[in-house]
Amino acid sequence: MNTRALDERRQKAASKWDELQNNRVPLIYIGAASCGLAAGAAEVQEVVENYLKKNGIEGRIIQVGCIGPCYLEPLMDVQMPGKPRISYSNVRPSDVPLIMESFFEKNEVAESRLAGHFGDAEFDGVPRFFDMPMLKPQVRIVLRNCGIIDPDDLDHCLARDGYLGLEKCLSMSWTEVLEIIKRSGLRGRGGAGFPTWKKWLTCRETPSDQRYLICNADEGDPGAFMNRSLIEGDPHAVLEGMLIAAYTIGASQGYIYIRAEYPLAIKRLKKAIVQMRGVGLLGQDILGSEFSFDIRIKEGAGAFVCGEETALIASIEGKRGMPRTRPPFPAVSGLHGKPTIINNVETLGTLPHILRNGAEWYAGSGTETSKGTKTFSLVGKVRRTGLIEVPLGMTLREVVFDIGGGTLKPFKAVQTGGPSGGCLSEEFLDTPIDYEHLAEAGSIMGSGGLIVVDSDTCIVDTAKYFLGFTQKESCGKCVPCRVGTRHMVKLLEKICDGRGELADLEKLEKLGRTIKNGSLCGLGATAPNPALTSLKYFRSEFISHIKDKRCPAIVCKSLVNYRVVAGKCTGCQRCVSVCPTGAITGPRSEPHNLDRSKCIKCRSCYEICRFDAIAGDAIIIES
Amino acid sequence: MKGRDSISEGGLSELRREFRGERGDLIPVLQRVQEIQGYLRPEAIRIVSRWLKISENEIFGVATFYAQFRFHPPGLHHLRVCLGTACHVRGGEQILLTAQQRLGVDTGETTPDGKYDLDRVACLGCCALAPVVAFDQKVHSQMSVLKIQRILDEHKSA
Ligand SMILES: Cc1cc2nc3c(=O)[nH]c(=O)nc-3n(C[C@H](O)[C@H](O)[C@H](O)COP(=O)(O)O)c2cc1C
Ligand code: FES
Repeated sequence: MNTRALDERRQKAASKWDELQNNRVPLIYIGAASCGLAAGAAEVQEVVENYLKKNGIEGRIIQVGCIGPCYLEPLMDVQMPGKPRISYSNVRPSDVPLIMESFFEKNEVAESRLAGHFGDAEFDGVPRFFDMPMLKPQVRIVLRNCGIIDPDDLDHCLARDGYLGLEKCLSMSWTEVLEIIKRSGLRGRGGAGFPTWKKWLTCRETPSDQRYLICNADEGDPGAFMNRSLIEGDPHAVLEGMLIAAYTIGASQGYIYIRAEYPLAIKRLKKAIVQMRGVGLLGQDILGSEFSFDIRIKEGAGAFVCGEETALIASIEGKRGMPRTRPPFPAVSGLHGKPTIINNVETLGTLPHILRNGAEWYAGSGTETSKGTKTFSLVGKVRRTGLIEVPLGMTLREVVFDIGGGTLKPFKAVQTGGPSGGCLSEEFLDTPIDYEHLAEAGSIMGSGGLIVVDSDTCIVDTAKYFLGFTQKESCGKCVPCRVGTRHMVKLLEKICDGRGELADLEKLEKLGRTIKNGSLCGLGATAPNPALTSLKYFRSEFISHIKDKRCPAIVCKSLVNYRVVAGKCTGCQRCVSVCPTGAITGPRSEPHNLDRSKCIKCRSCYEICRFDAIAGDAIIIES
Repeated sequence: MKGRDSISEGGLSELRREFRGERGDLIPVLQRVQEIQGYLRPEAIRIVSRWLKISENEIFGVATFYAQFRFHPPGLHHLRVCLGTACHVRGGEQILLTAQQRLGVDTGETTPDGKYDLDRVACLGCCALAPVVAFDQKVHSQMSVLKIQRILDEHKSA
């Protein structure tokens, strides 16, 4: 297929899309990304299908990706003919009949679980979906199609200008494309924020008969899911980005290295690749040009360090995923010794939009040094969790409080950059989110994980968690990282167990510095960050553990105890039935006994006591 | 001796069609073997070694590096508890502890009747709905110690 043929296909796709917007039959959209499915979207869809069938209603169900506010999942939208699409949130299967009846029998907009409508104009007093506090401050560039289109339908993507960026790219020389990317100010979204054009230029200028492009979809930061959502919601954006990058650097073979924990994303990519082949967007002479490119998918096998570019290359070559020293950088000598560019999913997913709308348009958002937008996974103890996209330069406070709605308990900290980043306290809330400011505060931008914690989270425990993670994931090649992180974990365990000494704090800091300076790759060089920032900004919490043998957040197991409050316990026996070790005993209607020697502190009794609220808070955890 | 050094021996002949047999295919080949057979048996490693011309030692070296590969037969059902950061701060540890108690096994073990495996996982990508567990292919979100007990008890009695 050449450009003209693709344009014809796009025109057909556009009328198909128009028909969908001006639908004649009712449409039901189901948010069926991994998060939606985990919340029960499939069960909701089943009830919808049954309802339509039973009542002989001609309607269509369309599965879409994640639109962002995951805390509202499962999301289901109803679009009646001639009406805007109306979204319902936290829909349980048992809610479906009521919503359906309202639309189909009473011809009214259902009111329960109503979230908002997608139209531009006012509609029947229903609020606009995108006016929700979580969505309003966002600028959706990379995520513009997520949750809107059916990701499995190439026509949806084409109708919304998919592959127009590529067409534009193919009409220019590689130097012209590079110039646009340079002017856009795009920096790598995988963590380090290296200017994308610079890396590309190095690769292109290295003489070689073969160059490779690798899409890094390893997303190893536990607690981050931006890349998964983008691939699941709009796979073609990432694939189009790969074509643009490959054209510019002169690569003929591409790989997508994606973690095996993302089965749905892998499925979407495979399907999208088949669709691309079908219309001549992959293979020889793409769209009638002289540019040829193909893509293979490589599934990761569960190693965090394989997100690091040299380890990733080793893994694709079928070896242990061990990083090597750089230089030479992969842009000069990478996969099979050939010049190789590794770009993050989001970096690639941004390219089509820049090509289509121009560098200046993109550079219009963001700050002087950090242009454009960035996606974040906003998770942890924040009220509104989910996937967001904001212009760089927005402050942490705006993200955590305006978008995220703040925390239930008092705010304590926000961790950016995952296991390589830092834990920032309240005083940093007005820090603009960009590469420089976060680095100044002792953290990093990272790939976009934002984990918010409140007064119920123990900072020492969190630091122990991160160090434990990096220590387990250390590939073991270099000593500072392999041995040093183990020592740091031991020290943190000691403190959490109430056996710590004040001298341990200096030891931690010293070790941290040594590991940072002596490690071979980014994993070790950043591993101490969470502990070092916590020590700097939350030292008193460490000291409580050491001096008072108290965990202020009531988390560290060795320092907390469970107790039945005799005056409050009604003897309902619910806790007795859930206690896995038989630590709680007592006859019905009399205050129960808790045997501390048997208690494993699993929290079951505490939860059921709250849950049933007969006794309410008759079981407390104290430190 | 026909087929002696061929992959068809172990019921793995279809792999011949899927892969070109290059060095870089090692990890995907092992992934497929595990998908078909449930784990990496010594015989399978031997077969792959002959086919791809990579020593068994090297294959073991590669396979043990990656958390995904198993060297023992898996249980019938697979419970994976997420201990990613989002799940950790929302009480994933307690979910794991409860699952250990309920199943009577440690993380990484299989119940004596071979019915259940218990594992921890670094992140399932549903962090916004933490804590999360995956029971076989199905991901369950916003877990509590009570919910995990219920899931396991219902499954056991079903
Ligand atoms: C230990 C470690 C893990 C990493 N994990 C990832 C990852 O999961 N995804 C990613 O895109 N980059 C990851 N990176 C960064 C990559 O090495 C690389 O910088 C990035 O993929 C480049 O793409 P970009 O220029 O588009 O950001 C990791 C780096 C280190 C040191
Ligand atoms: S941290 Fe548990 S799903 Fe991501």
